[in-house]
Amino acid sequence: MALIPIAYNLRNLAARRVSTTLTALGIAMVAWVFIFTLALAGGFQAALRTTGSPNNAMVIRKGSTAELMSILDRESAAAVISQEEIARAPDDTPLAAAELMVVWNLPRKSGTTTNVVVRGVGPKSLALRPKVRLAEGRMFRPGLDEIVVGKMVSERFRNCSVGNQLRLAGRSWTVVGVIDAQGTTFDSEIWGDVELFMPVFDRPVFQSLTLRLRDPSYFPALKKRLESDPRMSVEVQREDAFYAAQSGALAGMLRGLGLFVTSIMALGAVFGALNTMYAAVGARTKEIGALLAIGFSRGSVLASFLVESVFLSLIGGLIGCVLALPVRSFTTGTMSFATFSELAFRFQVTPGMLLAGLAFSALMGLVGGFFPARKAAAMPIIESLREA
Amino acid sequence: MKYMRLILAHLLRSKRRTFLTISSIAIALFLFCTLRTVMTSLDAGIRASDATRLVVRHAASLVFPLPLAYKERLERVPGVERVSWGNWFGGYYQDPKNQFTQFAVDPVSLFDLFPELLLSAPQRETFLGERTACIAGKALVAKYGWKVGDVIPITGTIYPGEWRLTLRGIYTASTPDADENTIFFHWDYLNEVMPEPRKNWVGIYWVRVGSATDAPAVSGRIDAIYENSPQPTKTETEKAFQAGFIQMMGNVSLLLTILGSAIVFAIMLVTINTMMMAARERTTEIAVLKTLGFDDGLILRLVAAESMILSLAGGILGCGIAFLLFRRLDFTAGGMIPNFRMLPGTLGMGLLLAVLMGLLSGLAPAVQAARLQIAGALRKVA
Repeated sequence: MALIPIAYNLRNLAARRVSTTLTALGIAMVAWVFIFTLALAGGFQAALRTTGSPNNAMVIRKGSTAELMSILDRESAAAVISQEEIARAPDDTPLAAAELMVVWNLPRKSGTTTNVVVRGVGPKSLALRPKVRLAEGRMFRPGLDEIVVGKMVSERFRNCSVGNQLRLAGRSWTVVGVIDAQGTTFDSEIWGDVELFMPVFDRPVFQSLTLRLRDPSYFPALKKRLESDPRMSVEVQREDAFYAAQSGALAGMLRGLGLFVTSIMALGAVFGALNTMYAAVGARTKEIGALLAIGFSRGSVLASFLVESVFLSLIGGLIGCVLALPVRSFTTGTMSFATFSELAFRFQVTPGMLLAGLAFSALMGLVGGFFPARKAAAMPIIESLREA
Repeated sequence: MKYMRLILAHLLRSKRRTFLTISSIAIALFLFCTLRTVMTSLDAGIRASDATRLVVRHAASLVFPLPLAYKERLERVPGVERVSWGNWFGGYYQDPKNQFTQFAVDPVSLFDLFPELLLSAPQRETFLGERTACIAGKALVAKYGWKVGDVIPITGTIYPGEWRLTLRGIYTASTPDADENTIFFHWDYLNEVMPEPRKNWVGIYWVRVGSATDAPAVSGRIDAIYENSPQPTKTETEKAFQAGFIQMMGNVSLLLTILGSAIVFAIMLVTINTMMMAARERTTEIAVLKTLGFDDGLILRLVAAESMILSLAGGILGCGIAFLLFRRLDFTAGGMIPNFRMLPGTLGMGLLLAVLMGLLSGLAPAVQAARLQIAGALRKVA
């Protein structure tokens, strides 16, 4: 089967510049919205998915769906720390940290207020989270009124730069450092000494205990033993699973909204593509007649118009992808239901998302081009040649 | 108006194109109305707030409780008429996915503070008299198919264990923006089960003041009392309190606005394209009209009117469907967004957008048609 050269389609698209540009831009906007919503949901999910490690386990009170609602007294914490599955630090102490977590209402730089997670951490907390590094200043000194803040907190909230004084629990704290947690949720937290926080925040109990397993395979045994220990009422989860579970509902909701919006919007763009392609077929009736007359098969004519439509959409899709790239630098914050406080994250644009955007555009072109292409292929030769 | 038939004839020249264009405009405006309704529904709590109701909470955050002892002190603050209190229970029904609000409240003062909660007198009587009784909103009851007398097990996440509450009443809300998705039960029941150190702590106090103008003064008085206590308070109007919640959601409205603008913009491009194509195909006809003596201004108005009619038809269709769906049919987005209700203002905005779209998309082709040179246009065809 002889195929109509693609150059014919390209020249046609070029000949109807305005119409081609407008249709392609319409499709570009749909692809952009598609990628934008994926990047939003993906960014939120990535922040939580990358926070935990499979080598760590988290202990919280049984029945607590979130760390904030958990309570762990000192006796239980001591009993957990004595377990032999826990890895050891170089100084032969268990690599585990019982932590306090509260949320505190703070003003954003924009003037609105929201809750921020304030975490009382122990000497092992930093070693347990290899992703957390000091980006600026120094770590707080235990026992002093010093705190370090996450990178996102430092960017988004007032009085959260190194050297600032921040008021929490009726005291003034010096911000001595900024921690970079590489996009994980710790970027949205404020850290200080747990032993100082307990009396200051008037909380005699911990919220959670995080520990490093000597080997990840020890997890089931440890979980079984601790959860059946009559001295305490706890729940043990892998740290990565614990954080990943928090992203479920909201990420799903964002994706759902994105899918709903883009699929309906795509329908509108397909209608536009249909219009354009029908007009293209209508304006080229005579040409189509000529193509058929010189021996191109009806299949080739159908394929040719489909190619033209898909090509037009792919141009749109590409523009959409290019416009979506800067979205990567957006950061936004939203309330995480698990912590009842702000979780800031960066939009995430992955090659997969861009490919999905292109595929989605091609699909729009295919659907929008099919019916006009079929019409073109079915044209009666004589009448179309006679057309004005 | 006497040219209406001419305009209609033009539109019906290509029925398929007219249909496709109207549909894509309808889709764009339907989406616009949907996104805008998501935004306004999030604000329902603000609209439902009562200007004479104040919320007293711990200054640091809602997470910290206040002593029950504050109640009597609050009642003595000048300007305060009535005090009620409650604890956010934060449990779930059967599965952690089934989340809705539960509040442990003082059943007597609750109805004085929230007159918008309507409960029949006999049901109120039974609710007051039974320690483990609860009442639930109409929408919530409908969602889970409960009946009065059912025992509803709620698993606590803040207050551990399974709490078996007996449904003794179904309340309705007197205003459309008020929430009908909450369970209220006895604060005393919660308190008596708590171990000693967790007894007698209150999540938030609600305070009624005589008139809205007293609110700032009373708030100041309350916060001054506790300023230097271990549990300082933050008192604000219910409206400010609800607005604080919206602020915590972050810039949701900005994101929705970005999406909405992108959609409207995309469809605008599509419409402009269609109108230009339609005008181009009719070059000869327009030249003929001009030969017959139609002046440039009239041609301009005719072509512009055509795109206006298309846009308006699409607008009425899209906004109308959204309005019917989100207002008449009680669509709740799968329970994700309670009070999902389209406001008349959104309808107005959608229609205004349709008019704007019609103006903008008609502009280029109308000017082009008006400027058309008769001789050249007629020659082109031959």
